[in-house]
Amino acid sequence: MARALINVPQKAKRGEIIEIKTLMSHPMETGFRPGMDGQLIPRDIIEKFVCTYNGEVVFSAQLYPAITANPFISFTTIATDSGTLVFSWTDNKGDTQVQTASIQVE
Amino acid sequence: MNTTRRQFSLLAAGASFALVTPARATPDSMKESIQAFTGGRPVTDGRIKFEISLLVENGNSVPLSVLVDSPMTKDNHVTRIGLFNEKNPMPDVAIFNLTPRSGRAQIATRMRLNDTQFITAIAEMSDGTYFSARSGVIVTMPACVEE
Amino acid sequence: MNRLVALWLVCAALPAAAQDARKSGFAFMGPDTQAMQTDDLANPGMLFVLEGDALWKAPVGASQKSCASCHGDAPQTMKGVAARYPDFDEATQAPIDLAGRIIQCRAERQGAAPPQREGHELLALTSYVAHQSRDLAIAPAQDARLASARAQGAALYSTRMGQLNFSCAQCHDDNAGGHLGAAPIPQAHPTGYPLYRLEWQALGSLQRRFRNCLSGMRAEPISAGSADAIALELFLMDRATGMKLETPAVRP
Repeated sequence: MARALINVPQKAKRGEIIEIKTLMSHPMETGFRPGMDGQLIPRDIIEKFVCTYNGEVVFSAQLYPAITANPFISFTTIATDSGTLVFSWTDNKGDTQVQTASIQVE
Repeated sequence: MNTTRRQFSLLAAGASFALVTPARATPDSMKESIQAFTGGRPVTDGRIKFEISLLVENGNSVPLSVLVDSPMTKDNHVTRIGLFNEKNPMPDVAIFNLTPRSGRAQIATRMRLNDTQFITAIAEMSDGTYFSARSGVIVTMPACVEE
Repeated sequence: MNRLVALWLVCAALPAAAQDARKSGFAFMGPDTQAMQTDDLANPGMLFVLEGDALWKAPVGASQKSCASCHGDAPQTMKGVAARYPDFDEATQAPIDLAGRIIQCRAERQGAAPPQREGHELLALTSYVAHQSRDLAIAPAQDARLASARAQGAALYSTRMGQLNFSCAQCHDDNAGGHLGAAPIPQAHPTGYPLYRLEWQALGSLQRRFRNCLSGMRAEPISAGSADAIALELFLMDRATGMKLETPAVRP
């Protein structure tokens, strides 16, 4: 189950810089930790985060095992037009989880 | 969920074994990672406000933020912000790709710190120049952990 | 007589709040960790509350009933519930903790597989229910049948245990506010459970925290859901009467 907390203001003024916070539920297992049996627990991390705004990529990030479990990423973007922001988190096995948020720009 | 005393000793033994077989970044491997990020181009100190606690309670989750002084216009903006460390298993932490639509060159995240060390933030500008800031963090050990 | 007057003057001069020396673990944390707890959009414990909200409404088991089928809207019906647990269970004639009540509901009333202690499903549901009591004062159940378990918990709290021969009280009463290594020793008030511990990189129950403490004392851990664990929880919740719940709290 994809569980993410995202805050995008519902309304913004055109040209306003808005701050977006995202929190994604994920263990970010580093691949460096031994488990109960002494074997390394396989790596399971989000490697790529992308935010598109009405289809255009406005921000992205590449994450390594040093990023905390349940990764928190905050960034800014300019409120240009009303529409949809799509957030995607892709793990090292290629699985992608997607969440969307809409914004009304006046 | 119960851990017997014997399992506990085994866990403790496993933990100390893990300590003597480190796969670790070093100040040198951090330099290599930074070189790969900049393509070997010179890096100047400044233009970055890098905020991270000097003393953290748990290295599993250390909040940080980076703000780069940039007009963020089409012709003059920050293209990437890279974070690097010198004592985690890997020197790379994260790379953030910004655009003129970012409005401000500002990011925040949370990172893991294996140990007391220096963290470096590097900003890549649209004109191909690089700026950096560095911050030392002391990591304290929590008391009464499970294993 | 003069001394009494002086004492009265001192007491009268103290604001009401200062008379309660009890402090939540929140007060012992650094500003970064406090900020992580107080901002719901940055608190990783809220991810579990969010999942609990979905689980609350999802039909499960042979009955195909959801929690909501019987209990309705949790923000209304579950408000204050976590503040009075553990409670006395008529069916088993024994004290029961909130997680135990959820397991019982799942298994007996919903006809579903009983969720595992410290498993994702149980933590999500427990934190969702407890979150409905956030900012409410802890108000333990006043059932006379809980008295003996509460006394048992009080005895456990002050019993020396393990290879280090420590009791809970030696750290959390006698040395609260001091340090163990670099870590501040809090007063052990269970105000924010289930809570997100940075050390665990996950949400966990008070009873998981007992295991941490006991392994630190080199003592045999008490298992989650056991009579001992529930007795200790009963005592600690009673000791924290009137303090506000914070679920999901964040701790180092």
